[in-house]
Amino acid sequence: MIRHQLPLIITFFTGMLLIITFFIPHKPFGDLEQRFLIWYSIISGFTVLLGLDSLVRYHLSKLKKEFNIHSFILILSLFLTLILGFYSWFKFKTPFALNSPFMFLYTYVIIPLQATMFALLAFFIASAAYRAFRARTFEATLLLIAATVVMLGRVPIGGYISKGIAYFISFLFKIPYEKISEIQIFAIVSDWIMNIPQNAAKRGIFIGTALGGIAMSIRIILGIERTYITK
Amino acid sequence: MREFLTKLATIDRRIIYLLTFLVVCLPMIFKMIMPIRVSEEVKMAFKEIDNLKPGSIVMISIDYDAASEPELQPMLIAILRHCFSKDIKVILLGQWALGLPLGEMALNQVAKEYNKKYGEDYVNLGYRPGYTALMVGIGKELRDFFPTDYKGIPIDSFPFMRKVRNYQQIDILVGLEAGATGDAWVQFAGARFNQKIILGTTGVVAPDMFPYLQAKQIVGLIGGLQGAAEYETLIKKAGSAILGMPAQSFVHLLIIIFIIIGNIGYFILRRKR
Repeated sequence: MIRHQLPLIITFFTGMLLIITFFIPHKPFGDLEQRFLIWYSIISGFTVLLGLDSLVRYHLSKLKKEFNIHSFILILSLFLTLILGFYSWFKFKTPFALNSPFMFLYTYVIIPLQATMFALLAFFIASAAYRAFRARTFEATLLLIAATVVMLGRVPIGGYISKGIAYFISFLFKIPYEKISEIQIFAIVSDWIMNIPQNAAKRGIFIGTALGGIAMSIRIILGIERTYITK
Repeated sequence: MREFLTKLATIDRRIIYLLTFLVVCLPMIFKMIMPIRVSEEVKMAFKEIDNLKPGSIVMISIDYDAASEPELQPMLIAILRHCFSKDIKVILLGQWALGLPLGEMALNQVAKEYNKKYGEDYVNLGYRPGYTALMVGIGKELRDFFPTDYKGIPIDSFPFMRKVRNYQQIDILVGLEAGATGDAWVQFAGARFNQKIILGTTGVVAPDMFPYLQAKQIVGLIGGLQGAAEYETLIKKAGSAILGMPAQSFVHLLIIIFIIIGNIGYFILRRKR
């Protein structure tokens, strides 16, 4: 009974108190809010430890059953990073000192690994765009045209292509090239897409998610949403 | 001819990968430069910092890690160069623990260029967990969350930090974002404490921030490598963003060509069926 009711009572009172402190920032509520924030900050620090604990347990138990190279590398890298971090902290007062072993690890292992993972996206996007970006329907065609214009409008090569188009138009309609050469058509249309239709769609999404967030918060405070309680 | 066009719909992905690799590498190897058109949102960001008086304080939040380094690190370096060239004090902190070494590297590099001293012209507060709690908390008292800098030195031992209590003493907050932290800065530091905010984001995140710019909830937006290149153009100091733009240009063009080829092949195959 208490195992299920107590978390609900704590959630209700904390939620109500935080709402009150937001609207009444004066004493004692204003101070209370700051205190809650510091507690929250401390608790979120401990969540890192909790995550570390469950990660290590999971991979150690996997290693105990049978040798797994991925788990082994993960455990090894984790403890190597920790050891180098602590060593750098003691020796240089911070792990971020540029000549510390931790920074060596960061610069020559973490940065290249993360950068490589992210850089691979370019290849996948190019391949996926070729295979999946088809003008199957009217909406897909609109998206395709908009994407193409924005892609050209956001990079310098769009300017060169605009100049080419201006030259073609000046030749075709006998308009002086100098008059239209500076009009960067892709950049102008791209700015319009980003500022008008894109913004309108984004606002709709923002308002929808905000309303969803409020509804979910009310459900949690009132104890209707209870999925966070362990059964 | 028709056979050839049909083949276009089934290009081997290894050819696509190879071409992508070449169009990224070649412009970088030959150090090509292309003229950069400066957008209004980057001009706004530049003007806000440019209008600050010497001694003003800019707080920069490193909310990215090495994965987004190519886009956001040039932005950080360009902003630091702008600030230090105008004798603006810089406070660096981070919401992404893995991004802080990048901030430290940039600070060290640019501080040396402008002969700026740690503690007098800039400080690095480091990382504290808390996220939104930290953002709201700074609005009341910075010391509740950052009593010391990243080396454990009390922040009150730095002369210019003694007067910094909360957002009221910070002229502009610059958030360099690879995720949703920018939204939180706007919602908590901006909406609640009227903090002036400039956001620098990856190209993917930038469209999410346009509504804030239009609603004047942020005073400038630097989006992606293009944004960084625009900022470098404005401060008249070319960096890795300007050098990276030709590669990005050609990759965009290549992807567009692939899309066109793919669609030609698709329509021919559809007619056949």
